[in-house]
Amino acid sequence: MVKVKLWGTLGQLADGQSEVEVDAKTFKEMLDRLTEMHPGLAPYIARGVSMALDGVIYRESWFQEIKPDSEVVLMPFMKGG
Amino acid sequence: MDTGQSKREFRYVGTRPNRPDGVDKVTGRAQYGADMTAPGMLTGAILRSPHAHARIISIDTTAAEAIAGVRAVITGKDFVRLDDEFTRDVQENCMAREAALYDGHAVAAVAATTPVIAKAALAAIKVEYETLPHVTDVDAAMKIDAPVVLAGRALETVPAGMSQNVTNACEFGHGDLDAGFAKADLVIERSFKTAATHQGYIEPHACLASVTTDGKADLWCCTQGQFFVRTLCSDIMGMEASQLRVTASEIGGGFGGKTTVFIEPVALALSRKSGRPVKIVMTRDEVFRATGPTVSSSMDIRIGMTKDGRITAGEATLRYSGGAYPCGTVEMGAQAAFAAYDLEAVRTYGLNALTNRPKEAAYRAPGAPQAIYAVESIVDELCQKLSLDPLAVRLQNAAKKGTLSSYGPTFNDIGLVATLEAATNHPHYNAPLGPNQGRGLSCGFWFNFGGNTCVSLNINTDGTVGVTEGNPDIGGSRASISLMAAEELGIPYESIRTIIADTNSLGYNDVTDGSRVTFSVGLATIKAARDAIGKMTSRAAQYWGIDADAVKWVDGSAVPAGSNAGKFPPLTLAEIAAMSPQTGGPIAGHHEVNVDGAGVSFGVHLVDVEVDPETGFTKVLRYTVFQDAGKAVQPDYVEGQMQGGAVQGIGWALNEEYIYGEDGRLQNPGFLDYRIPVSSDLPNIETVILEIPNPGHPYGVRGVGETPIVPPLAAIANAVSRATGVRLTELPMSPPRILKAMKG
Repeated sequence: MVKVKLWGTLGQLADGQSEVEVDAKTFKEMLDRLTEMHPGLAPYIARGVSMALDGVIYRESWFQEIKPDSEVVLMPFMKGG
Repeated sequence: MDTGQSKREFRYVGTRPNRPDGVDKVTGRAQYGADMTAPGMLTGAILRSPHAHARIISIDTTAAEAIAGVRAVITGKDFVRLDDEFTRDVQENCMAREAALYDGHAVAAVAATTPVIAKAALAAIKVEYETLPHVTDVDAAMKIDAPVVLAGRALETVPAGMSQNVTNACEFGHGDLDAGFAKADLVIERSFKTAATHQGYIEPHACLASVTTDGKADLWCCTQGQFFVRTLCSDIMGMEASQLRVTASEIGGGFGGKTTVFIEPVALALSRKSGRPVKIVMTRDEVFRATGPTVSSSMDIRIGMTKDGRITAGEATLRYSGGAYPCGTVEMGAQAAFAAYDLEAVRTYGLNALTNRPKEAAYRAPGAPQAIYAVESIVDELCQKLSLDPLAVRLQNAAKKGTLSSYGPTFNDIGLVATLEAATNHPHYNAPLGPNQGRGLSCGFWFNFGGNTCVSLNINTDGTVGVTEGNPDIGGSRASISLMAAEELGIPYESIRTIIADTNSLGYNDVTDGSRVTFSVGLATIKAARDAIGKMTSRAAQYWGIDADAVKWVDGSAVPAGSNAGKFPPLTLAEIAAMSPQTGGPIAGHHEVNVDGAGVSFGVHLVDVEVDPETGFTKVLRYTVFQDAGKAVQPDYVEGQMQGGAVQGIGWALNEEYIYGEDGRLQNPGFLDYRIPVSSDLPNIETVILEIPNPGHPYGVRGVGETPIVPPLAAIANAVSRATGVRLTELPMSPPRILKAMKG
């Protein structure tokens, strides 16, 4: 199980929780479990999100491994200029 | 991850060779977007709405089509309505369908044999409009009774009961705000506004499209990302990606503004209809009216501080407008606002509202400069009122390794403290000031990212090397990529030529944005070089008759890995390349990857200004930029990015703004009335590069292109406020606005 921090707005769509626990070993599994457990998050996840894993931001790497004690933060999809 | 790069000594990386595109650019040989031509080419031109908001009742193109020399006329009806909302917004921004949503919105286009005929054809098109109420101010657009720009576009998180113009809402932060503010000895709360600004690239958008009768197409354009142009245009045109080849020209500036399409689908549609190549070159008026400026913003900031300089809590509400289509830039601003600080209690709220303005396009660190301007202004004012040193306070509160960032993750190794210390120790910080002069400073932050990247590296039989990459060179990336290839291969920089491939010659590459190219393409180049080195050491092993793992690569040559491998003289890259036809054929290295681990970036800007109390004119006297570059691959270009960002930020702070009239029309679509800084406005921008290696890159590289536009707004505002004795809260700080503030 990994603890996933949700940014404030997303927490509203996950029954008001700012942190949820999911059974996932990769970024993709984490997104799938979040979508199943909290359907309100599905549109956001479908539009694209980033993940900060132990402080490193990943934008699309589905197979990025997540360790149980890692800090995992869901973030908006990064864009730049 | 310790890659050991901090201990590495570089031979080529870190040197300052001449830029490979320099001669072409100073002699006029470089091919920019408008320089492309084709036999039988037509001139494309676009008719634009004179109204800020209007329903299109009808468009009569009969008279235009009857003009001799007119080969095609198109309107929004010539494009299929797309299901995907994002691409549909892009498409309808290129050519309106039911309604014109801003002054300058395209409503029809022609292709004709000469520019004169094209202009006459535009004049002959009859558009019947029903004008609608409009709104161009973000605060006005958020009122419940505001004219609705587009209905039904609010995301799930937008609270009920808001104006239909509000499309995005977000919130970030942690801790107990009430408890935090209760600990403060002084709390300051203020509201700020910033104007929309344009990227101001010197080269207008230009493209040449050629669609053949069998459905293939070629498109040449000035863009920051030819692959993304292909994605957008093939979707809009209903084409398979393989049938549309997009080639990026040299680019005369982009800064984020050329990360999407404006005229390319129009040129393709005109070419398909006319059967001839069609070139479109925007006028400066069109660039201002119809291509993306930044968001405009309105913000409320509250920060508490103790007497000894500890920030106890910070709160920000950001209201951004990205023009007539939904825009998520406020999310970036809300995350970046307090990123420089280690805070126990912080909260940011963000809202985006639609207005009758052109659709926002990215501009260096999109969303961050506005929010950080407001936060850094309050921090400075707190320091003033508590008689504290503003640099010492920033050091005291600086985010560092282990800090829970204001946007969620815990920071790893970051360079903010080192950057602040460099500013503290620089002679600029304690230099004397004269009358009417003030010194300001600000921290800045940007995320940076990597992305999809693909590089091929070909070993030529004469011992030279060609690198093929897929990102237009905006800030000198060809030189940086060649330097990293030289470093890895151990051959001179001059023996390597890096080119930018078209979309059929290489795998997908993300846009040149997010400060990603030197980081991501550099990483892929290093790995492609290592791939080629692996092949070259194998060839040497075969030649010597020993195992491949008994050969290593040292200073541009294959050598036996140890005494047990045998005694053979080194085989240079050139020697291995020369015998490659006899040893297995051509040698090339490749690497394809979606890169992560870019590493966030911090900078600190220090500026002195003098404000004329009679006129309100601000003269920038001295300016120093401090920034962590991870590893500066070609320091000239790193300094260029730092200087360029500072100069653009000075423009935002002092002069640049989109000015709309009561009629909702843009009043200043030209460089005479929209004033960007010119050389005579500026001092030399001094630069101090810090090198705190990024563990996510083999050489420690961090992106540097976006962070330097973040601090200038607040640095200048703080300097002006200290020079005048009155806090300025609206950008730009034009002379009339400063005079008004000084007179109370």
